[in-house]
Amino acid sequence: MSAEGETANGPLLAVGRLTKLFGTFAACKSIDLDIRPGEIHALLGENGAGKSTLVKMLFGVLAPTSGEILWQGRPVRIASPSAARRLGIGMVFQHFSLFEALTVAENIALSMEPGHSLAKIAAQASALSYAYGLPLDPNAHVADLSVGERQRIEIVRALLQNPKLIILDEPTSVLTPQEADRLFETLAKLKAEGRSVLYISHRLEEVQRICDRATVLRHGVVTGTCDPRQETPASLARMMVGSDVAHVSAEGTNAKGAIKLETRHLSAPARTPFAVSLKDISLKVHAGEVLAIAGVAGNGQGELFDALSGECQAPGDDVIRIADKPVGTRGINARRLMGAGFVPEERHGHAAVSALSLSDNLVLARSQSDRRAFLGGGFLGIIRQDAVKMAAKRIAAAMDVRKSGDNPPAGSLSGGNLQKFIVGRELDRQPTVLVVNQPTWGVDAGAASRIRQALVDLAKSGSAVLVISQDLDEIFEVATEIAVISEGRLSDIYPAGELSREKIGLLMGGMPGKSETAETAHAH
Amino acid sequence: MRIELEKRPDVSRLFSILSPFIALLLTLVCGAVMFMMLGKNPVAALYGFFVEPLMEVWSLHELAVKAAPLILIAVGLSVCYRSNNWNIGAEGQFIMGAIAGSILPVMFHEWNSPFVLPLMMLFGMLGGALFAGIPAFLKAHLNTNEILTSLMLVYVAQLFLDWLVRGPWRNPGGLNFPETRTFEASAILPEMIASGRTHWGFGFAILAAILIWFMMRYTLKGFEITVLGQSERAGRFAGFSSRKMIWFSMLLSGALAGLAGISEVSGAMQQLRPVISPGYGFTAIIVAFLGRLNPLGIVVAGLVLALTYLGGEAVQVSLEISDKVTRVFQGLLLFFVLSCDTLIHYRIRLVASKLAGSATAAATTDGAR
Repeated sequence: MSAEGETANGPLLAVGRLTKLFGTFAACKSIDLDIRPGEIHALLGENGAGKSTLVKMLFGVLAPTSGEILWQGRPVRIASPSAARRLGIGMVFQHFSLFEALTVAENIALSMEPGHSLAKIAAQASALSYAYGLPLDPNAHVADLSVGERQRIEIVRALLQNPKLIILDEPTSVLTPQEADRLFETLAKLKAEGRSVLYISHRLEEVQRICDRATVLRHGVVTGTCDPRQETPASLARMMVGSDVAHVSAEGTNAKGAIKLETRHLSAPARTPFAVSLKDISLKVHAGEVLAIAGVAGNGQGELFDALSGECQAPGDDVIRIADKPVGTRGINARRLMGAGFVPEERHGHAAVSALSLSDNLVLARSQSDRRAFLGGGFLGIIRQDAVKMAAKRIAAAMDVRKSGDNPPAGSLSGGNLQKFIVGRELDRQPTVLVVNQPTWGVDAGAASRIRQALVDLAKSGSAVLVISQDLDEIFEVATEIAVISEGRLSDIYPAGELSREKIGLLMGGMPGKSETAETAHAH
Repeated sequence: MRIELEKRPDVSRLFSILSPFIALLLTLVCGAVMFMMLGKNPVAALYGFFVEPLMEVWSLHELAVKAAPLILIAVGLSVCYRSNNWNIGAEGQFIMGAIAGSILPVMFHEWNSPFVLPLMMLFGMLGGALFAGIPAFLKAHLNTNEILTSLMLVYVAQLFLDWLVRGPWRNPGGLNFPETRTFEASAILPEMIASGRTHWGFGFAILAAILIWFMMRYTLKGFEITVLGQSERAGRFAGFSSRKMIWFSMLLSGALAGLAGISEVSGAMQQLRPVISPGYGFTAIIVAFLGRLNPLGIVVAGLVLALTYLGGEAVQVSLEISDKVTRVFQGLLLFFVLSCDTLIHYRIRLVASKLAGSATAAATTDGAR
């Protein structure tokens, strides 16, 4: 790399007074940021702080309203992602854009300029991936790969363009602790070659561990640039949130009550070629307990949630029991009527319909459980808009949902605020069983801590709570019991105090002690 | 160089309201050009097509007679389309409704009773619903594409009717013409207003529009339709069944199309003939979209499209232009309605393809600078 020579005396990328307006709303206000050659620079901020907007402007997806971008000291206008790639900026997105039915090499070829042979790309990708400690089989189908391996494809795809700056958006949110460690080694290697990394995260511990400098954003404004190693997690959090983040406490939730939710040897075949089958899952959640199920994405969490909620029916009635009654073949509303509440992972198009108003989205989950309050007109089933709107307002106030207008469409809320509403929608009826999949995925720190505290409080008040999560910090904050799901199998359930991160990481990778798997020859 | 559609960040409210009117205006402009190219005075032709039919009482009645089936069918289709079920076969359901409704007056013509007419209407709805039940069953249980199956069944219905009126149901006293016996007075849908031909089919249409509007606006069923149309997954989370919705929407629209069919035959023709519809079932698709899938908008849109039928007949007489002009206007209107709606949500962007092609060249220049 000769990149160091050219730019040794200035920043690789400097951003001056960069502003992006959406209508009258300033997503980024006069942002200053500079990235030096060969540094790992953290971009910290809550969801909705403007991180994504800023990065999209740097990668040519959005055009800035005003301000300038200097690349190696020269002002540039980045009109498109391909222009950004030509300058030497690579990006790894949080949500991968891979075709599951194609091979690794074919996916990489799709992002390249046309005219390269597939064999050549495969060889190049393979060589590069080994050089950076990201081993990849270019002929493997993406559908067969773990999330960590898929991320490697994205990284290798970015590296093939020989970038000087690589932007990583929340890269460890989908990795096991061990996989994350391997990624950090790769980042160190990139840094040693003189490449720069812009590392977007809200995980303070990681940022402190690997980043040289950090720029903190809040409400679209830079609130500080610092050396994260000189800061404490509390001081960084304060810069991000503007006030101290409430610490979630799970103390005093250990009084075990009756079994409220149980599965007995639940198995379910995969519904699509890309889905995971559930294999012999048995679990019990008592009143007053928070059972957290850890696991890397795509190991059967969604399938388990669908089975528990009744969106997909179980093979037998007795396989799933709520409040000691068999419900395996009952629908979701029958389970709701027995006191269960559900919060799916995907907010848009599953937990909520983006184009519909908040009050309509309240009816979505509670049309049957609150039939008496929300519906009138007998068999006509006329929706009582005034009652629904009042309840929606109550929920918004209880969960501190920030919204524009009285009853805006769900799609206009930020992820954190919509999630608070969706969780509040269930809490509002005091469910005796609550099943939550990824409660704080893509949610800002303030909202996340509020949601977690609400889950803990619900358990304390005597309900059974099941949390499926990929976020280990979250699991340790809320759980009284922990189990790990891997390839559709559930590990034993351990009391939260007995498990370390390392142990969970091992359970995520396979099932030591509980493996009847002959096909453990999975490349890792 | 290629053209791309790019999603607009926000949708203009003003233009969403204006869009049907812009589409109408563009249709008129294109129509004028077409008349000019046919060597006719465009102003006179457009006047004859769109204004003259509105000037006399009898032709206003004709308008209502033509609008009635369009509105009835389109209202049912709006429920289908809002719930993401693409019933294209209303024409066939219209015909099957007409056939089923005609069982009594054709086969039991000597039975005269006040019950005949209500039963005919009921049979018509059943016939249409059952015929729409075929694509519904195929979609709900065999995952078949309902666009194809419902469309293909149209031809089945048309040929079945053709066979009936030429064969078993041919009027014994009809000089071998392919048509059934004319209905007895007790089987004829009476006129609504004393001044002309408008029969109760128009009343049914208005009533159906109001009822469906109420359902969509105020009831949980309407909410279910909206939710399942926007996201099947969210619908399942709400405990709504998309399979039941396939049945509900297809049977409902089939029943309304069948009612339209028997009303048209009983009210306007008083017998079955090999062809009983000038494409009402297909034109109703245009009506549904021009009315923005809103039952009250559909009433207005139904009247507009009915006018194209009358206008086509009028200019055929006055200017000696083929009545195929009607089809041209309907096609233009659908095209402009859909493209106006698309352009509200998307903007057109011209992308110079050389930008992507010469990427390597540009990169070298960058490096050299």
